[in-house]
Amino acid sequence: MKLVTGIIKPHMLDDVRDTLSRLGVTGLTVTEVKGFGRQKGHTEIYRGAEYSIDFVPKVKLDIVVDEAQLDAVIDAIKTSARTGQIGDGKIFVTDIHQAIRIRTGEAGTDAL
Amino acid sequence: MKLFRSQALFVGAAAAAVALVPRLAWAQDDTLNSGDTAWMLTSSVLVLFMTIPGLSLFYAGLVRAKNVLSVMMQCFAITCMVTILWTVYVYGLAFGDGGALNAFVGTGKFFLSGVGVDTVRGTIPETVFQMFQLTFAIITPALIVGAFAERMKFSTMMVFMALWVTVVYAPVAHWVWGGGFLEKMGVLDFAGGTVVHINAGIAALVLCIVLGKREGYPSTPMPPNSLVLTVVGASMLWVGWFGFNAGSALAADGVAGMAMAVTHIATATAGFTWMSMEWMGHGKPSALGIATGAVAGLVAITPASGTVGPIGALAIGAASGICCYVAAGTIKRALGYDDALDVFGVHAVGGFVGAILTGLFTAEMFGGVGLDVSIRTQLGRQFVGAGATIFYSGVMTFVIVKVLDGVMGLRVSPEDETGGLDIALHDERGFNL
Repeated sequence: MKLVTGIIKPHMLDDVRDTLSRLGVTGLTVTEVKGFGRQKGHTEIYRGAEYSIDFVPKVKLDIVVDEAQLDAVIDAIKTSARTGQIGDGKIFVTDIHQAIRIRTGEAGTDAL
Repeated sequence: MKLFRSQALFVGAAAAAVALVPRLAWAQDDTLNSGDTAWMLTSSVLVLFMTIPGLSLFYAGLVRAKNVLSVMMQCFAITCMVTILWTVYVYGLAFGDGGALNAFVGTGKFFLSGVGVDTVRGTIPETVFQMFQLTFAIITPALIVGAFAERMKFSTMMVFMALWVTVVYAPVAHWVWGGGFLEKMGVLDFAGGTVVHINAGIAALVLCIVLGKREGYPSTPMPPNSLVLTVVGASMLWVGWFGFNAGSALAADGVAGMAMAVTHIATATAGFTWMSMEWMGHGKPSALGIATGAVAGLVAITPASGTVGPIGALAIGAASGICCYVAAGTIKRALGYDDALDVFGVHAVGGFVGAILTGLFTAEMFGGVGLDVSIRTQLGRQFVGAGATIFYSGVMTFVIVKVLDGVMGLRVSPEDETGGLDIALHDERGFNL
């Protein structure tokens, strides 16, 4: 099993979710996060005092998938979260040792 | 100058030589008028509404989340304490008859003695008159809160305010409204541009300079925690200000009607002006900008509201929008003092602009009710009124602050300041989200 972590632009979330649902992804976790990459922050001005806000709001997706599904899921996020502008985000993939469904006790890919 | 109604009538009748002697006016028509009384009951409530919740919210939104309760608490505590002091002796100092000292301060009426159910002052019960004046004595010190926000000890703040209302506010109110020397001289300050706004704005500047900057200012960003609160507060100030200005006619009459109209015109013009300047200067119009501009307009029209016409209101609104924008945005950063919420930039600067322009736009050729002297002479009087207040408020505030610095200390510890005053001083927090 793999954990696919996507950091994407907040307004692309609905598109990504639709595409993943069509692929048969049965669950994912969404977190509102802030950070910075190559995209710079923005400037806020209060009565002439300028503050540069370095951290940009993003949405983080966590999806655990069977390895057979991995490439399709990465592809789906890559295409549906893409605007072509700087700040589209990143995708990370990590190994997952175990997954357990709390209600039934099922383990491994059965729990996904 | 709250008895301007009688003066305006005299001026209209070209009997301009009649001095502004309120006691005479009261003596002439000390008969209760129920329409006047109804409006003054309403006005008193509106002016209280300006401080709590209007000004409290305006300030609460501008500080950081860790200090949001501290400024609301300061406004509320000032409201309570000033009411007690007012009842015991401040009304007497401001509006009593000082006898030989009457040019400078009043005496008598302590514990509101002699103010009963049947006591009439002008055409309204004296209970209502003192209540209306009390709401001014509440908002003036509360305005200063914005300058020392986020770093002053609550205990010292309370002692400072008690002393300031006694030593600074009460005499200055007496000079202008209680029959003191500025009123005798013919200085026009209909609703308190000098007494309230220049007075508070100068005290704010002196206090914030002696107190010093907030930890981290200006290198650390200190963005407002909620401009929603600030814009709501500014809107309440706008509404409440009709009590402040139109109420200062002390009657439900034509002067009150014109005061309401010019107050609205100047406020809208100043908000629009600030927004436009920001749009041109920074590329985007902001909610904080338009709200701050509106407050600047309210401040500036205050001394003028009983004597200028719509043209004067447009001009004063535009002038205050421009001057306060420059003061709060540019001058503050250039000089480096930390007037946290721009009390000096908005109230002292706006009050000064209004006080001076009152002398100009009261003239008949600019649509005002007319002057009994030349424009030049009136402008001179206005400068004297503003200058006397700036000098007296500046010096006395400095003395009070220095004494308190030695006796009690002004600031919280750096640790408390970093953690926020809400937890450090009040053991509670504004938002448990």
